[in-house]
Amino acid sequence: MISRREFLMATAALSAIAGPSLVGNWARAAAQQSLTESDLLDFQSFGNVTLVHVTDIHAQLVPIYFREPSVNLGIGAVAGLPPHVTGADLLKLYNIEPGSAHAYALTSVDFDALAKTYGRMGGFDRIATIVKRIRAERGDNMLLLDGGDTWQGSYTSLQTKGQDMVDAMNVLQPDAMTGHWEFTYGTDRVKELVESLPFSFLGGNIFDTEWDEPAFDAYKMFDRGGVKVAVIGQAFPYTPIANPRWMFPEWSFGIREEEVAKNVEAARAEGADLVVLLSHNGFDVDRALASRVKGIDVILSGHTHDALPEPLLVDKTLLVASGSHGKFVARLDLDVQGGELKGFRHRLIPVFSDVITPDADMAKLVSDLRAPYEAELKRELATTESLLYRRGNFNGTFDDMICQALLEVREADIALSPGFRWGTSVLPGQKITVEDVHSACAMTYPAVYRSSMSGQTIKDILEDVADNLFNKDPYYQQGGDMVRVGGMGYTINPDGAMGSRISDMTLLKTGESIDASRDYVVAGWASVNEGTEGPAIWDVVEEYLTQNPVVRLEENRSVKVVS
Amino acid sequence: MNFNRRQALALSAAAVAFAATGLRARTALAGTEETEKRILDFAGKAPESGKITLTAPEIAENGNTVPVSVKVDSAMSDDDRVVSVMIVADGNPNPEVATFHFTALSGAAAATTRIRLAQTQNVIAVAKMADGSVFMDKKEVKVTIGGCGG
Repeated sequence: MISRREFLMATAALSAIAGPSLVGNWARAAAQQSLTESDLLDFQSFGNVTLVHVTDIHAQLVPIYFREPSVNLGIGAVAGLPPHVTGADLLKLYNIEPGSAHAYALTSVDFDALAKTYGRMGGFDRIATIVKRIRAERGDNMLLLDGGDTWQGSYTSLQTKGQDMVDAMNVLQPDAMTGHWEFTYGTDRVKELVESLPFSFLGGNIFDTEWDEPAFDAYKMFDRGGVKVAVIGQAFPYTPIANPRWMFPEWSFGIREEEVAKNVEAARAEGADLVVLLSHNGFDVDRALASRVKGIDVILSGHTHDALPEPLLVDKTLLVASGSHGKFVARLDLDVQGGELKGFRHRLIPVFSDVITPDADMAKLVSDLRAPYEAELKRELATTESLLYRRGNFNGTFDDMICQALLEVREADIALSPGFRWGTSVLPGQKITVEDVHSACAMTYPAVYRSSMSGQTIKDILEDVADNLFNKDPYYQQGGDMVRVGGMGYTINPDGAMGSRISDMTLLKTGESIDASRDYVVAGWASVNEGTEGPAIWDVVEEYLTQNPVVRLEENRSVKVVS
Repeated sequence: MNFNRRQALALSAAAVAFAATGLRARTALAGTEETEKRILDFAGKAPESGKITLTAPEIAENGNTVPVSVKVDSAMSDDDRVVSVMIVADGNPNPEVATFHFTALSGAAAATTRIRLAQTQNVIAVAKMADGSVFMDKKEVKVTIGGCGG
């Protein structure tokens, strides 16, 4: 954990080269107990170009509850550095008053109590108000950039295969986007949607598998306020590994650092004054990339769902991470002179739905998009007495519930549920609706398998996922969180080497150690393998909730973390 | 929607949870010692770093066909040129993957191929120059189960 002082020293160095920023204003706003729209949106325009960044919206058109993680470990050199600072440590680091609106937006501390005070966040009608206002202030000097994971994550996006999100985003008039979960609609649908977009879908790291030639435009040049801005797109590098490759067999991804460097050079040669990487790499990958590839002024970072109240500086590159699920919109005003970034002013705008006025046109569109599904979205399945949330490196209560459903409905010894970072929260006392379940499960490969696995295979899976999450070299990290396990406890040492992080695997129902050579019945979902059969996860969860109409979850103590 | 045990079993008969291909090669693997010996046989001495760049993915999308490229900084003139480049993979049963031979007429010392990797391992490229100097680059390529990120 770095101290606030060290952190300020780092940002002071930045201010020296970059001039005045809004560092510190976050804390002042946080001290105010009553928020108004102008508290959130009044912004003294700065410089000659404004970038507006949204990312990882995961198809959330209406305001939601979203609890940030309490556990988000950093490995190796980045241990204790943002974004691996959570809860009370984060409040201290950024000087945020506990219990304030900003504490609620950025941490998990007292989440259920604060949620009742500060309400839901996000919603496209509120985002539209923010975007329109910035556009009115900045006119043609603004770029709206979408970091991807926009088209997937809700009931309506799954029903319309992403069309609802495309329609809503188009109204916001983005200038470019890149992607990740978008690809899970399959090659044909992705091509169809991309061709329909009135803006660019960029991915400099997407190549066709047959000839290894670029499959998408790598970058686009924009003229904004007399500044030539190059926006390079970087899709999620491990899409064909973390998601089913057979759904988009024509495309290969990868970090392809050498391509990023080549595109930066090409953009500069074309006269770019400002080079922006619109990235879905994940924060630690972007931090490493910024230190290795020269000439990128700004990285708008997505994928790992981090909400950073202040940009981070790596050498001469500004890293901006703008949260997820529509909770935040980032505004970054830049002063670019003679091909150089001279200064910036940044604000991570929290989208408090009770504070920001909904935009009437967008509200109508969202309501029209949801109308055909409204009855199903609102259908109540059960009541929860516990807070349901997903984020956390090792478990979350929503996944505890899913694992319980897998164990009971599929009569399994052990349940495996993927460590996705998307999915909204449900407060104690609320009904669990079809919409809530889909916000945690809606995707195109939902089949729940039930199969026999040896203790050794289960360990291999856990080791493999742990290495993808906790590898010391960020370039080998895929993001996401640890696979959720039901029916089995284990001990993990995140700092360990591949193959030696997991120990003490125990079958919870008997208390016996897992036997490497014995077979266990395992139920899980979201397999990346073609031909996986089984009922959809949302049907399994619904079946479980029908039998268990009141959900109450005890604290999950089945994963022990050691170092 | 209801599932009884019988339906559940029928539905999942064809289900395979995670790909296990390539995770554990049961055959004897080359190992680093054998690989070092092959490199020494090829190079005649311990290679230095520099001049040669090996490009490979950090994590293989498909261990059966992993694209790798090598490029060597060289004028490719009669006396200042690359003679050959060998690619080895230290975790495959047989570490030797390919050897490319060049002449001054090659113009540039660059080659691309696709290789099969049985498991997570180092891919190593060694370049032998006309003046007898040798250079090496190395990259770890992970072969993973995948499927749980996001």
